[in-house]
This record gives sequence, C-alpha cells and structure tokens, in this order.
Amino acid sequence: MALETIQIQDKLVETFGESVFNFNQEKDIFSLEVAADKITAVILFLKNDETLRFNFLTDLCGMHYPDGEVNRQFAVVYHMHNWYENIRIKIKVFINGETPEIKTVSNVFPSANWMERETYDFFGINFIGHPQLKRILNMDEMISFPMRKEFPMEDGGRTDKDDRFFGRTIDNY
Amino acid sequence: MSELLLPPEHRYAKIIEERHNEDGSELSVLNLGPTHPATHGIFQNILLMDGEKILEAEPTVGYIHRAFEKIAENRPFYQITPLTDRLNYCSSPINNMGWWMTLEKLLDIEVPKRAQYLRVIVMELARITDHLICNSILGVDTGAYTGFLYVFQFREKVYEIYEEICGARLTTNMGRIGGFERDWSPEAFRKLDVFLRDFPVAWKEFENLFERNRIFIDRTVNVGAISAERAMAYGFTGPNLRAAGVDYDVRVAQPYSSYEDFDFIVPVGKSGDTYDRFCVRNAEVWESLSIIKQALAKLPEGPYHADVPDYYLPPKEDVYHNMESLIYHFKIVMGEVPVPVAEVYHAVEGGNGELGFYLVTDGSRTPYRLHFRRPCFIYYQAYPEMIKGSMLSDAIVILSSLNVIAGELDA
Repeated sequence: MALETIQIQDKLVETFGESVFNFNQEKDIFSLEVAADKITAVILFLKNDETLRFNFLTDLCGMHYPDGEVNRQFAVVYHMHNWYENIRIKIKVFINGETPEIKTVSNVFPSANWMERETYDFFGINFIGHPQLKRILNMDEMISFPMRKEFPMEDGGRTDKDDRFFGRTIDNY
Repeated sequence: MSELLLPPEHRYAKIIEERHNEDGSELSVLNLGPTHPATHGIFQNILLMDGEKILEAEPTVGYIHRAFEKIAENRPFYQITPLTDRLNYCSSPINNMGWWMTLEKLLDIEVPKRAQYLRVIVMELARITDHLICNSILGVDTGAYTGFLYVFQFREKVYEIYEEICGARLTTNMGRIGGFERDWSPEAFRKLDVFLRDFPVAWKEFENLFERNRIFIDRTVNVGAISAERAMAYGFTGPNLRAAGVDYDVRVAQPYSSYEDFDFIVPVGKSGDTYDRFCVRNAEVWESLSIIKQALAKLPEGPYHADVPDYYLPPKEDVYHNMESLIYHFKIVMGEVPVPVAEVYHAVEGGNGELGFYLVTDGSRTPYRLHFRRPCFIYYQAYPEMIKGSMLSDAIVILSSLNVIAGELDA
C-alpha cells in the first residue's frame, strides 16, 4: 500500500505534537515546518521509522528572510526522499535572525556534512554539533556571509549599470 | 618538509609526531593539486602519505566558485540558463532542460509531445558525451591513450548536432520555456543518423579495448570500492551509486519529459569499485543510444514549443519588423512576466546523478532563491574515505572514475 501524505502527517503529529506544523502540498512535494530544536529528532524519526522510511537526504540549503519577524529570519530547507515508495518531502525550519543556529543532521546523514558547511559559508547559520564547521567554497579569511540578502551582488559604486534607465528603482526592483 | 606546508596545529602534524615506523621512515605530506594535469579540474587534496600509501586526505574545494546562486537571485529566468550551462559543462543540455522543466513546473506549462521527445534525445546525447569523457579519461589515467583519442571525435560529432539545434557547442543555452527555440533542421536529423550509425561501432571497439584488458582490470578492480550503504549515506546518486548496486535513477523513479514512454534498463554494478563505475557508464551509453533510437522512431509531429506567449520569445523576424513583438521580446528577456509565488523542486538525472533545482519565487522578476542540488558536490565528500589506504596512482584513477566536474562541484 502506498504511503499517503496524510499518514506521514498523522505519524509526525502523533510523535512530535506541536513541533511539526504547517503541512501542505506544494506542487508535487509535501512540505511541513518543524520547530528548530526538534529537527535532528524529526529527521532521525523520518529515516528510521518502519512505515515512513525516508532513507535519503536529497538536499539541504539555507534561506534568508530579512523582512520577517526576528524568529523567522533564516530558514534551513531539507529535502528528503523515500526511495521505497518514491515520495519526496520538504522540511522547512525557521530560525532566529540574530543568533542563527540549529542542530546538525550530519550525524544522521553524513552527506549533510558539506551541505551544512556550504549553508554556514553562505548564510552564517551555525550548525551545533557539526564535526568541522568551516567555510567550504569561499576563502577562510572572508568575514561576511554572501548569500544574505543585504550582501550586495556587486560593487555599489558602479555607474555603468544604472537601473533607473530601465524605469526601475530600488522599490520595484 | 611537512613544516613548510602545514601549520604546527594542523592535525597531520600530530599524526606525524606520534607515528613511529619500524624502519625509521617518516610520514610525509603531499599537496596534490589544485592544478595538477592528472586531476582534470581544480581539485586540491592535502595527502598524508606513508611511502606511497595514502593515510589521510583533506580536500579543498571552491577554486572556481562563481556564486551562481547569488547571481541567479539578480537575473530574470532567461538569463539564468547560461549559468546552468556552466555547472556540469560536459553535459550542458541536461542542465538547460532541467532548468526549463523547473520553470514549467512553476508556471504549470504543458509541453507538447514532440518537444518532450526532442528533449529526451538531446539529453541522452549529452549523457553519452558525459560518460564518454569520463570513461575515456579514465583510460588515459590508466595509461591507455588510444581509446580516448578514438572516441573523442564522436564528442565532436555530438557538438555538431548541438550546433545544428541551437548554434552553440559547449555551453549550449539551449531551448526556451515550453520547448525549443526552433524546430530541428533536417541537417540535425541527418547528423544524428550518421552519429547513430558510426558511434556504436566505435563504442563497441572502445569497450573491447578495456573491459577484458588485463592492465585495466588490475588497475581498477577493487580500487575505490564503496558499499551501497556508505554510498547512500554520502548522498551518492547516478552511475556512481548504481555501480554500488542501488538501482535509483530519476528517469525511472520520477519520469519527466516522457521518459515513461521509453523502454530501457537501469544498469547496476555490484561492488561499487572503479571497474564497476566504468562498466555502468558503458552500459548506460548503450541504453542512451537505445532511447534515442526509440524517440526518433516514435517522434510525433506537432509543435516544438508550448503556446505560452507570456514566456516564450516571439519569432525573431517579428521582433525586427513588428513593434508588439519587440516589446514582448524585451519584456520577456528582462523578466517582466507574471510569476506566481511558489516553491518548486525539480530533479533530472544528470550525467553524475540527481541534478535538482530548488526554486523559490516571490512574484518579482528574479528568483527569491535558487539552489542547485549538484551531485558532484555531495558525493565528492566521500573521496577521502574512498582513497584511504590506497596508492597515490589509485587516487587519481578513483577521482576520474567518480567524474567530479569542477564546475558542478563549485557552482
């Protein structure tokens, strides 16, 4: 019997109560939100549970929402895949903007090691318990986190790329 | 020697200090890369060696990091395609098509059957070139130059087909939202027929050169083996995972672009060593050829693109002679098109595994966030574990057989 998304939802709610919420179907992917302090437990449960069997961590990446309220300014997005039933889910975890930190899942999935390092590198999200949390794609001496929205794409002093000539201002960009 | 390379607090320094070989020899540190001709890309590994045996490895990546994800946040959709070209530049059309399919999923666009089949053909051609490069370079690294030179001319033939389709060769920037920019010319089909006639002969000979070759077998069997469990834990996908015996293939698991219409098998290996990776790629080339033949035989008539004037660029002749078309062309290129607020994830089977696009839009002309799931980046972290205990020359062979492409690794 195929695994239904409602089963996933029921099982998660039964085990984690209010720490899992906002279930919805986005296009072809079932997605949910998890409270930041429960993420490793939820990932481990999804991996090891006998009916859920999400055996593969497909992707892990960060998001930045500078305009959100302070507890929802960063997010870490996990894509997991159940190869037995061929179901994907997306888990989104919002975390605090001032001290962005979350528990690592690299002890559950070794593949998360570099993906978390990449997320740290670009967003400055601190993965607690990560074995070797240092920059990976950028150079070690760098002090900023370039994928944050406030980091400018290129030198702001350039005059040859003035967007006003295209009828665009900062507000409607 | 080691003091010159490493700061005293480096973990290797401690290992060297504590280790006492019986014959009085010392461990050494070897800097492999970043620009070593045998690494086929910019990969640096700091190796801790006992004689010629590797004890530890520490990879450094990011030498050709170009911040594609940041650039993509500042570009409208059509200007992101050239970025995807440069991920895995050995099979750019797969990246291009994956990106169009992500957008089509976002915008709910149904692509006509003919365009889907043409996409399948070009993606399988790209897979053939990808595997062809990987396997022939693996031959070069084990000392067999002939096979490489022999099959490499067929990559040129494939590039000529790309040229007929889109005008470009390596970084193709092929296609549009909803299909192709133009229907394929008769010349493209003719070149494809010639390729399908000549290439299998060459590939068979290439296989014969290697598969039962004593030197090649000695160099590759049981070299760099990884078990299915470890491979899955490390996030392997694609041929490298299938060589370990797991039959996961996105084309089968979640068929896109009408892959469900074609009959093909997913070759798997057993031990996950270099030889199995070689054989899986070889077998996949045959499957790709079979898929292309099936697609050509069943190729439906009909439009080569979806009817989506909001996103599909108007014909070039009209743009030059017609004000409305010119305006639309400009608007589409500059991203002034309706974009829903949504999050989509779409995966295609790239040359090296599951190539995923995670696209978040906020209704503006550029993506709010675009993340590329690059298979190379995820499985390259297993490299230190795979080369531990092997010889230096084996490390080179293992790197080739993993087919780590620097562009995809560093994005």
